[in-house]
Amino acid sequence: MNWLETVRTGLQAVRAHRLRSSLTVLGILIGIATVVLSVGLGEGTKSSVSSQISALGSNLLIVSPGSTTSASGVRGGFGSAATLTVSDANALTSKVAAPDVENVAPVQSASLEIDNGSTNWTTSVVGTTPQWLTVRARTVESGRFLTAADYAKATTSIVLGPSTASELFGAFDPVGQTVTIDDIQFSVVGVLRSAGSDSSSNLDDTAIIPLSTEVQRLSASSSRSSLSSIYLAATANSTISAAYQEVDAILLARHDVAATAADFTITAQDSLLSTATSVSKTLTILLGGIAALSLLVGGIGVMNIMLVSVTERTREIGLRKALGATPIVIRRQFLVEASVLGLIGGVAGAALGIGGAIVIPHFITNDIVVSPTAVVGAIAVAVAIGVVFGVYPAGRAARLAPIDALRSE
Amino acid sequence: MPEPIIALREVHKVYRSGSLEVEALRGVSLDIGAGEYAAVMGPSGSGKSTLMHILGCLDVATSGTYELAGEDVSDMSEVDLAAVRNDRIGFVFQQFNLLASLTAWRNVELPLIYAGIGREVRKRRAIDALTRVGMADRLDHRPGELSGGQQQRVAVARALVTEPALILADEPTGNLDSHSTADVLALFDELRAAGRTIVLITHEAEVAGHAQRTIRVRDGLVVELEGAA
Repeated sequence: MNWLETVRTGLQAVRAHRLRSSLTVLGILIGIATVVLSVGLGEGTKSSVSSQISALGSNLLIVSPGSTTSASGVRGGFGSAATLTVSDANALTSKVAAPDVENVAPVQSASLEIDNGSTNWTTSVVGTTPQWLTVRARTVESGRFLTAADYAKATTSIVLGPSTASELFGAFDPVGQTVTIDDIQFSVVGVLRSAGSDSSSNLDDTAIIPLSTEVQRLSASSSRSSLSSIYLAATANSTISAAYQEVDAILLARHDVAATAADFTITAQDSLLSTATSVSKTLTILLGGIAALSLLVGGIGVMNIMLVSVTERTREIGLRKALGATPIVIRRQFLVEASVLGLIGGVAGAALGIGGAIVIPHFITNDIVVSPTAVVGAIAVAVAIGVVFGVYPAGRAARLAPIDALRSE
Repeated sequence: MPEPIIALREVHKVYRSGSLEVEALRGVSLDIGAGEYAAVMGPSGSGKSTLMHILGCLDVATSGTYELAGEDVSDMSEVDLAAVRNDRIGFVFQQFNLLASLTAWRNVELPLIYAGIGREVRKRRAIDALTRVGMADRLDHRPGELSGGQQQRVAVARALVTEPALILADEPTGNLDSHSTADVLALFDELRAAGRTIVLITHEAEVAGHAQRTIRVRDGLVVELEGAA
């Protein structure tokens, strides 16, 4: 008896017991759908987190002021101290002291109201240098970015984020228009291209002006020289940690403090990334574990049904043996039945999972990324479960003696 | 006597259940020739079922030899015995043993599937066999849609489809009313007339009367032979 006939016989048996077969399939189906969805959810979280982090800029280091315990044991809030200065930022551009730092963008940001006639919008106004565009891996949608001349002459040029531009100007192109901040007129020279938003801040709702302008004309005199942060780009991904060491050494020396009392914090983008990745990996493992348990339950369901099936069909098995079926043929027939149940459950479960991946993101904030590998893998696992949990019942069927089998009522 | 299809020599069968030993057959020797129609009779517990199982290669003797159509099957493996059953023996059971989910012709083709015969040939031979037992108009009926007598006819067709050397019928009329019994026995008479070798196990003398020879089994021994022995 060849495989084709065996498969056909197996399918006949599955069809002959529709209700029982579909309940068994349901167990596998739920397990596989759970696997597809949970792996997809893990992948979706991972990719959205890493895209948010890489949107910050590539090979990025962020120096923030404060946030260490002072000698008296009082811990300052993160970023609360006014310890970073423009001259700190200038020192970091030294190719001698910091050869692995490619670009430096000092930033002083403040939440300010921007007016366009009667329309006003409060946003984060960022004073920085022309390097900001490169360091933050942004591009300009229309017009131009700030130039070295803007910085040197402290001009009143302003570049708007796309959200800010549409809040102030609607669909109208703002390039060449003027806006007012604190009664100072700024001329809009460009609009940034959208970079999307992360969970904490909207990267598109911002306005960029020369740092020199911000320092001289917008800041309160007490905080003139202090920076909100310094963004740095390392020369390459592999030099991020070298750049980190150099920046750390330069700033410690300039501030004349010990490493344990550092009044600044350096965050590397790749360390954010690896933390986020390990968090989402834990999430995936947790969800995957639950899914694996539900698959195990589904598999036990298959075994249970196959055992019932063998007992119930003792006469049939006896008859088939009397008519010339060898134990191997009987074993194969039941294995095929079990794997057909697994296959149907796997395919239906994968379909349900893919459907869920399309529907569910409308109700939650996370993306669900279903990879073809995961789908194929899940179906393979479902068939394997059918086979593994079918082996014992199939073996029992194969061992039945034809006379005992025929005698049973 | 023509060349024997069945030749049993000093066949013993002992069943062990724990420390208990039951000798169901105690040295049976028996020859049945080609084209013979023999009835095996005996009360329950006589060993007649055991004899039938051994004749049908569903079980093997503890000692002694059994030649079926000239080949010694006493020491064959389970796999070889399956091939012998498939190829040389056609079974007819008291319970019909048709698969409820399959139509008549699908039931009849089953032995041919295990023989590895192709689809087209199987279907043609199944239809031929059903035609021979007068069931040509019920090919696509399932067993549940057929009367007891019709179901047994389908079972006979299934026994015939491989053109076996021996047709072994175990109480084939045990579950039938008198009308269907007569019907099925008439069918066996026809098969006998066509030269088939038939061994029929029964406890009804009336049924055994259709056979040309009656073999009586008592206490594990063949005690009486009548007719063409």
